[in-house]
Amino acid sequence: MIPIMRNEVVNKKLWMEDTDFMDMLAIAQSMPGPIALNTALFVGNKRNGFKGSLFSGLGVILPSFIIILLIAIVFTQFKENPVIERIFKGIRPAVVALIAAPLLGMGKSAGITLKTLWITIIVALFVWLLGISPMYIIVGAIIIGLGYFWYLKHNMKK
Amino acid sequence: MELINLYLDMFLSFFKIGLFGFGGGYAMLPMIHDEVVNINNWISMNEFTNIIAISQSVPGTIAFNSATYIGYSATVNLGFAAWQGVIGSFVCTLAVSTPPLIIMTIICAFFSKLKDNPWLQSSLSVLKPAIIGLIAAAALLLMNGHNFIDYKSWIIFAVVFIASIKKVDPILLIILSGVVGLILY
Repeated sequence: MIPIMRNEVVNKKLWMEDTDFMDMLAIAQSMPGPIALNTALFVGNKRNGFKGSLFSGLGVILPSFIIILLIAIVFTQFKENPVIERIFKGIRPAVVALIAAPLLGMGKSAGITLKTLWITIIVALFVWLLGISPMYIIVGAIIIGLGYFWYLKHNMKK
Repeated sequence: MELINLYLDMFLSFFKIGLFGFGGGYAMLPMIHDEVVNINNWISMNEFTNIIAISQSVPGTIAFNSATYIGYSATVNLGFAAWQGVIGSFVCTLAVSTPPLIIMTIICAFFSKLKDNPWLQSSLSVLKPAIIGLIAAAALLLMNGHNFIDYKSWIIFAVVFIASIKKVDPILLIILSGVVGLILY
Protein backbone atom coordinates (compact mmCIF):
# COMPACT_ATOMS: atom_id res chain seq x y z
CA MET A 1 0.00 0.00 0.00
CA ILE A 2 2.83 2.39 0.85
CA PRO A 3 4.47 2.44 -2.64
CA ILE A 4 1.07 3.29 -4.17
CA MET A 5 0.63 6.14 -1.67
CA ARG A 6 4.12 7.44 -2.33
CA ASN A 7 3.51 7.52 -6.09
CA GLU A 8 0.16 9.26 -5.64
CA VAL A 9 1.31 11.83 -3.06
CA VAL A 10 4.82 12.61 -4.35
CA ASN A 11 4.71 11.99 -8.10
CA LYS A 12 1.12 12.52 -9.20
CA LYS A 13 -0.41 15.09 -6.86
CA LEU A 14 2.86 16.81 -5.90
CA TRP A 15 1.57 17.23 -2.33
CA MET A 16 5.03 16.85 -0.77
CA GLU A 17 8.73 16.25 -1.48
CA ASP A 18 9.97 12.67 -1.46
CA THR A 19 12.38 13.30 1.43
CA ASP A 20 9.50 14.70 3.53
CA PHE A 21 7.44 11.65 2.67
CA MET A 22 10.22 9.28 3.73
CA ASP A 23 10.85 11.18 6.99
CA MET A 24 7.16 11.06 7.72
CA LEU A 25 7.00 7.36 6.92
CA ALA A 26 9.64 6.66 9.57
CA ILE A 27 7.50 8.39 12.20
CA ALA A 28 4.24 6.85 10.95
CA GLN A 29 5.81 3.40 11.27
CA SER A 30 6.85 3.96 14.84
CA MET A 31 3.45 5.13 16.09
CA PRO A 32 0.54 2.86 17.10
CA GLY A 33 -2.00 1.98 14.43
CA PRO A 34 -1.79 0.71 10.86
CA ILE A 35 1.03 2.37 8.89
CA ALA A 36 -1.24 3.10 5.91
CA LEU A 37 -3.66 5.03 8.12
CA ASN A 38 -0.92 6.94 9.95
CA THR A 39 0.68 7.92 6.66
CA ALA A 40 -2.66 9.08 5.24
CA LEU A 41 -3.39 11.08 8.42
CA PHE A 42 0.02 12.74 8.21
CA VAL A 43 -0.36 13.74 4.55
CA GLY A 44 -3.88 15.07 5.22
CA ASN A 45 -2.68 17.06 8.22
CA LYS A 46 0.21 18.58 6.27
CA ARG A 47 -2.10 19.72 3.49
CA ASN A 48 -5.09 20.94 5.46
CA GLY A 49 -4.66 20.49 9.22
CA PHE A 50 -7.04 18.38 11.31
CA LYS A 51 -9.80 18.58 8.68
CA GLY A 52 -7.40 17.29 6.05
CA SER A 53 -6.45 14.29 8.17
CA LEU A 54 -10.13 13.52 8.86
CA PHE A 55 -10.82 13.24 5.14
CA SER A 56 -7.63 11.41 4.20
CA GLY A 57 -8.28 8.97 7.07
CA LEU A 58 -11.84 8.41 5.85
CA GLY A 59 -10.56 7.86 2.34
CA VAL A 60 -8.13 5.14 3.35
CA ILE A 61 -10.59 3.34 5.66
CA LEU A 62 -13.83 3.46 3.65
CA PRO A 63 -13.05 1.10 0.74
CA SER A 64 -11.95 -1.83 2.92
CA PHE A 65 -14.77 -1.08 5.39
CA ILE A 66 -17.38 -1.56 2.65
CA ILE A 67 -15.69 -4.66 1.20
CA ILE A 68 -15.23 -6.39 4.57
CA LEU A 69 -18.73 -5.50 5.75
CA LEU A 70 -20.22 -7.10 2.62
CA ILE A 71 -18.05 -10.19 3.10
CA ALA A 72 -19.08 -10.40 6.78
CA ILE A 73 -22.78 -10.12 5.93
CA VAL A 74 -22.60 -12.86 3.30
CA PHE A 75 -20.17 -15.00 5.25
CA THR A 76 -21.94 -15.22 8.60
CA GLN A 77 -24.83 -16.89 6.74
CA PHE A 78 -22.60 -19.61 5.29
CA LYS A 79 -20.47 -20.16 8.38
CA GLU A 80 -21.90 -23.63 9.07
CA ASN A 81 -21.79 -24.66 5.40
CA PRO A 82 -19.73 -27.90 5.12
CA VAL A 83 -18.08 -26.94 1.82
CA ILE A 84 -16.89 -23.58 3.22
CA GLU A 85 -15.65 -25.38 6.33
CA ARG A 86 -13.59 -27.81 4.22
CA ILE A 87 -12.06 -24.93 2.27
CA PHE A 88 -11.08 -23.17 5.49
CA LYS A 89 -9.58 -26.35 6.95
CA GLY A 90 -7.02 -26.04 4.15
CA ILE A 91 -6.63 -22.27 4.46
CA ARG A 92 -6.07 -22.00 8.24
CA PRO A 93 -2.58 -23.61 8.36
CA ALA A 94 -1.64 -21.51 5.32
CA VAL A 95 -2.59 -18.36 7.24
CA VAL A 96 -0.19 -19.28 10.04
CA ALA A 97 2.59 -19.95 7.52
CA LEU A 98 2.02 -16.54 5.91
CA ILE A 99 2.47 -14.88 9.30
CA ALA A 100 5.55 -16.91 10.25
CA ALA A 101 7.42 -16.76 6.92
CA PRO A 102 8.26 -13.00 6.82
CA LEU A 103 9.62 -13.06 10.42
CA LEU A 104 13.26 -13.57 9.41
CA GLY A 105 13.24 -10.77 6.86
CA MET A 106 11.48 -8.43 9.28
CA GLY A 107 14.03 -9.21 11.97
CA LYS A 108 16.81 -8.24 9.61
CA SER A 109 15.21 -4.99 8.45
CA ALA A 110 14.35 -4.03 12.05
CA GLY A 111 18.10 -4.32 12.76
CA ILE A 112 17.85 -7.10 15.34
CA THR A 113 21.26 -8.33 16.44
CA LEU A 114 22.34 -11.03 18.87
CA LYS A 115 22.36 -8.25 21.47
CA THR A 116 18.64 -7.54 21.07
CA LEU A 117 17.37 -10.96 19.98
CA TRP A 118 16.62 -11.92 23.59
CA ILE A 119 13.93 -9.21 23.71
CA THR A 120 12.17 -10.83 20.75
CA ILE A 121 12.36 -14.30 22.28
CA ILE A 122 11.20 -13.23 25.75
CA VAL A 123 8.26 -11.27 24.32
CA ALA A 124 7.15 -14.20 22.14
CA LEU A 125 7.34 -16.65 25.06
CA PHE A 126 5.62 -14.31 27.54
CA VAL A 127 2.68 -13.68 25.22
CA TRP A 128 2.40 -17.22 23.88
CA LEU A 129 3.01 -19.37 26.97
CA LEU A 130 2.17 -17.10 29.89
CA GLY A 131 -0.70 -15.27 28.18
CA ILE A 132 0.63 -11.88 29.22
CA SER A 133 -1.29 -9.04 27.59
CA PRO A 134 0.62 -7.45 24.68
CA MET A 135 -0.37 -4.05 26.11
CA TYR A 136 1.87 -4.63 29.14
CA ILE A 137 4.64 -5.70 26.75
CA ILE A 138 4.34 -2.45 24.78
CA VAL A 139 4.28 -0.27 27.91
CA GLY A 140 7.17 -2.26 29.38
CA ALA A 141 9.27 -1.91 26.22
CA ILE A 142 8.73 1.88 26.17
CA ILE A 143 9.68 2.20 29.86
CA ILE A 144 12.83 0.08 29.42
CA GLY A 145 13.83 2.12 26.34
CA LEU A 146 13.36 5.43 28.15
CA GLY A 147 15.10 4.10 31.26
CA TYR A 148 18.06 2.90 29.23
CA PHE A 149 18.54 6.32 27.65
CA TRP A 150 18.18 8.04 31.04
CA TYR A 151 20.85 5.68 32.40
CA LEU A 152 23.21 6.43 29.49
CA LYS A 153 22.71 10.19 29.81
CA HIS A 154 23.18 10.05 33.59
CA ASN A 155 26.43 8.08 33.33
CA MET A 156 27.87 10.22 30.55
CA LYS A 157 27.56 13.34 32.70
CA LYS A 158 29.77 11.78 35.37
CA MET B 1 -29.75 -1.73 26.78
CA GLU B 2 -27.83 -4.96 26.29
CA LEU B 3 -26.99 -3.81 22.79
CA ILE B 4 -25.70 -0.43 23.99
CA ASN B 5 -23.45 -2.21 26.50
CA LEU B 6 -22.09 -4.44 23.74
CA TYR B 7 -21.32 -1.38 21.59
CA LEU B 8 -19.57 0.29 24.55
CA ASP B 9 -17.50 -2.82 25.29
CA MET B 10 -16.54 -3.13 21.63
CA PHE B 11 -15.60 0.53 21.43
CA LEU B 12 -13.36 0.26 24.51
CA SER B 13 -11.67 -2.94 23.29
CA PHE B 14 -10.88 -1.60 19.84
CA PHE B 15 -9.84 1.79 21.21
CA LYS B 16 -7.24 -0.04 23.33
CA ILE B 17 -6.16 -2.08 20.30
CA GLY B 18 -5.69 1.14 18.31
CA LEU B 19 -3.84 2.85 21.16
CA PHE B 20 -1.32 0.05 21.80
CA GLY B 21 -1.09 -1.16 18.22
CA PHE B 22 2.60 -0.49 17.65
CA GLY B 23 4.01 -2.23 14.60
CA GLY B 24 0.62 -2.44 12.88
CA GLY B 25 -0.77 -5.51 11.12
CA TYR B 26 0.48 -8.84 12.41
CA ALA B 27 1.99 -7.31 15.54
CA MET B 28 -1.55 -6.33 16.57
CA LEU B 29 -2.89 -9.88 16.20
CA PRO B 30 -2.05 -11.18 19.72
CA MET B 31 -3.80 -8.13 21.18
CA ILE B 32 -6.89 -8.52 18.98
CA HIS B 33 -6.90 -12.25 19.83
CA ASP B 34 -6.66 -11.48 23.56
CA GLU B 35 -9.53 -8.97 23.47
CA VAL B 36 -12.02 -10.68 21.17
CA VAL B 37 -11.37 -14.41 21.71
CA ASN B 38 -9.99 -14.70 25.28
CA ILE B 39 -11.51 -11.85 27.26
CA ASN B 40 -14.84 -11.18 25.56
CA ASN B 41 -15.58 -14.47 23.75
CA TRP B 42 -17.11 -12.55 20.87
CA ILE B 43 -15.87 -14.99 18.24
CA SER B 44 -14.32 -18.48 18.23
CA MET B 45 -10.69 -19.32 17.53
CA ASN B 46 -11.67 -20.76 14.14
CA GLU B 47 -13.58 -17.67 13.13
CA PHE B 48 -10.63 -15.52 14.22
CA THR B 49 -8.32 -17.45 11.88
CA ASN B 50 -10.90 -17.19 9.07
CA ILE B 51 -10.95 -13.41 9.51
CA ILE B 52 -7.16 -13.24 9.20
CA ALA B 53 -7.38 -15.34 6.03
CA ILE B 54 -9.98 -12.98 4.57
CA SER B 55 -7.91 -9.94 5.60
CA GLN B 56 -4.85 -11.38 3.88
CA SER B 57 -6.80 -11.80 0.64
CA VAL B 58 -8.52 -8.41 0.33
CA PRO B 59 -7.02 -4.89 0.33
CA GLY B 60 -6.77 -2.98 3.59
CA THR B 61 -5.01 -3.52 6.89
CA ILE B 62 -5.62 -6.43 9.26
CA ALA B 63 -6.50 -4.14 12.16
CA PHE B 64 -9.33 -2.46 10.28
CA ASN B 65 -10.56 -5.52 8.48
CA SER B 66 -10.83 -7.47 11.72
CA ALA B 67 -12.50 -4.55 13.50
CA THR B 68 -15.10 -4.26 10.74
CA TYR B 69 -15.68 -8.00 10.54
CA ILE B 70 -15.78 -8.65 14.29
CA GLY B 71 -18.11 -5.68 14.90
CA TYR B 72 -20.66 -7.26 12.60
CA SER B 73 -20.08 -10.90 13.42
CA ALA B 74 -20.04 -10.48 17.23
CA THR B 75 -23.31 -8.51 17.20
CA VAL B 76 -25.08 -11.01 14.95
CA ASN B 77 -23.64 -14.01 16.88
CA LEU B 78 -25.33 -12.63 20.01
CA GLY B 79 -28.71 -12.76 18.28
CA PHE B 80 -29.11 -9.17 17.12
CA ALA B 81 -30.35 -8.13 13.67
CA ALA B 82 -28.14 -7.57 10.64
CA TRP B 83 -28.55 -3.76 10.65
CA GLN B 84 -27.49 -3.70 14.31
CA GLY B 85 -24.44 -5.65 13.21
CA VAL B 86 -23.67 -2.96 10.65
CA ILE B 87 -23.70 -0.37 13.46
CA GLY B 88 -21.43 -2.67 15.51
CA SER B 89 -19.07 -2.83 12.58
CA PHE B 90 -19.04 0.98 12.37
CA VAL B 91 -18.45 1.30 16.14
CA CYS B 92 -15.39 -0.98 16.08
CA THR B 93 -13.87 0.64 13.00
CA LEU B 94 -14.35 4.12 14.48
CA ALA B 95 -12.84 2.95 17.79
CA VAL B 96 -9.69 1.50 16.26
CA SER B 97 -9.03 4.63 14.16
CA THR B 98 -9.59 7.23 16.89
CA PRO B 99 -6.25 6.79 18.77
CA PRO B 100 -4.12 7.08 15.60
CA LEU B 101 -6.07 10.23 14.62
CA ILE B 102 -5.38 11.84 18.00
CA ILE B 103 -1.73 10.74 18.13
CA MET B 104 -0.90 11.76 14.55
CA THR B 105 -2.51 15.19 15.09
CA ILE B 106 -0.21 15.74 18.07
CA ILE B 107 2.82 14.34 16.19
CA CYS B 108 2.24 16.68 13.24
CA ALA B 109 2.44 19.65 15.57
CA PHE B 110 5.84 18.56 16.96
CA PHE B 111 7.20 16.72 13.94
CA SER B 112 10.45 18.63 13.47
CA LYS B 113 11.37 18.23 17.15
CA LEU B 114 10.41 14.56 17.32
CA LYS B 115 12.26 13.37 14.26
CA ASP B 116 15.65 12.94 15.90
CA ASN B 117 14.56 12.93 19.52
CA PRO B 118 16.91 10.55 21.41
CA TRP B 119 14.18 9.54 23.90
CA LEU B 120 11.96 8.41 21.02
CA GLN B 121 14.85 6.64 19.30
CA SER B 122 15.76 4.83 22.52
CA SER B 123 12.16 3.63 23.07
CA LEU B 124 12.05 2.43 19.48
CA SER B 125 15.28 0.47 19.88
CA VAL B 126 13.49 -1.72 22.45
CA LEU B 127 10.05 -1.59 20.79
CA LYS B 128 11.29 -2.91 17.43
CA PRO B 129 12.57 -6.30 18.66
CA ALA B 130 9.52 -6.52 20.95
CA ILE B 131 7.19 -6.04 17.96
CA ILE B 132 8.89 -8.88 16.06
CA GLY B 133 8.35 -10.97 19.22
CA LEU B 134 4.63 -10.12 19.12
CA ILE B 135 4.41 -11.31 15.51
CA ALA B 136 6.18 -14.55 16.45
CA ALA B 137 3.68 -14.92 19.31
CA ALA B 138 0.82 -14.43 16.82
CA ALA B 139 2.11 -17.34 14.73
CA LEU B 140 2.63 -19.53 17.83
CA LEU B 141 -0.83 -18.72 19.25
CA LEU B 142 -2.43 -19.78 15.97
CA MET B 143 -0.50 -23.09 15.88
CA ASN B 144 -3.14 -24.87 17.95
CA GLY B 145 -5.49 -27.81 17.65
CA HIS B 146 -8.24 -25.66 16.14
CA ASN B 147 -6.17 -24.71 13.11
CA PHE B 148 -3.92 -27.80 12.86
CA ILE B 149 -6.28 -30.75 12.94
CA ASP B 150 -4.01 -33.48 11.52
CA TYR B 151 -0.73 -34.16 9.70
CA LYS B 152 -2.21 -32.77 6.47
CA SER B 153 -2.46 -29.35 8.13
CA TRP B 154 1.28 -29.46 8.85
CA ILE B 155 2.09 -30.39 5.24
CA ILE B 156 0.04 -27.40 4.00
CA PHE B 157 1.83 -25.21 6.56
CA ALA B 158 5.30 -26.38 5.44
CA VAL B 159 4.58 -25.96 1.72
CA VAL B 160 3.06 -22.48 2.11
CA PHE B 161 5.89 -21.42 4.45
CA ILE B 162 8.56 -22.31 1.87
CA ALA B 163 6.53 -20.89 -1.05
CA SER B 164 6.05 -17.64 0.86
CA ILE B 165 9.79 -17.30 1.50
CA LYS B 166 10.27 -17.87 -2.25
CA LYS B 167 7.98 -14.81 -2.76
CA VAL B 168 4.95 -16.61 -4.19
CA ASP B 169 1.89 -14.32 -4.09
CA PRO B 170 0.04 -14.78 -0.74
CA ILE B 171 -3.43 -14.49 -2.30
CA LEU B 172 -2.57 -17.28 -4.74
CA LEU B 173 -1.33 -19.40 -1.82
CA ILE B 174 -4.57 -18.87 0.10
CA ILE B 175 -6.70 -19.80 -2.92
CA LEU B 176 -4.60 -22.91 -3.59
CA SER B 177 -4.74 -24.10 0.02
CA GLY B 178 -8.52 -23.59 -0.06
CA VAL B 179 -8.71 -25.87 -3.09
CA VAL B 180 -6.42 -28.39 -1.35
CA GLY B 181 -8.69 -28.28 1.73
CA LEU B 182 -11.73 -28.99 -0.44
CA ILE B 183 -10.00 -32.01 -2.00
CA LEU B 184 -8.41 -33.44 1.18
CA TYR B 185 -11.23 -33.08 3.72
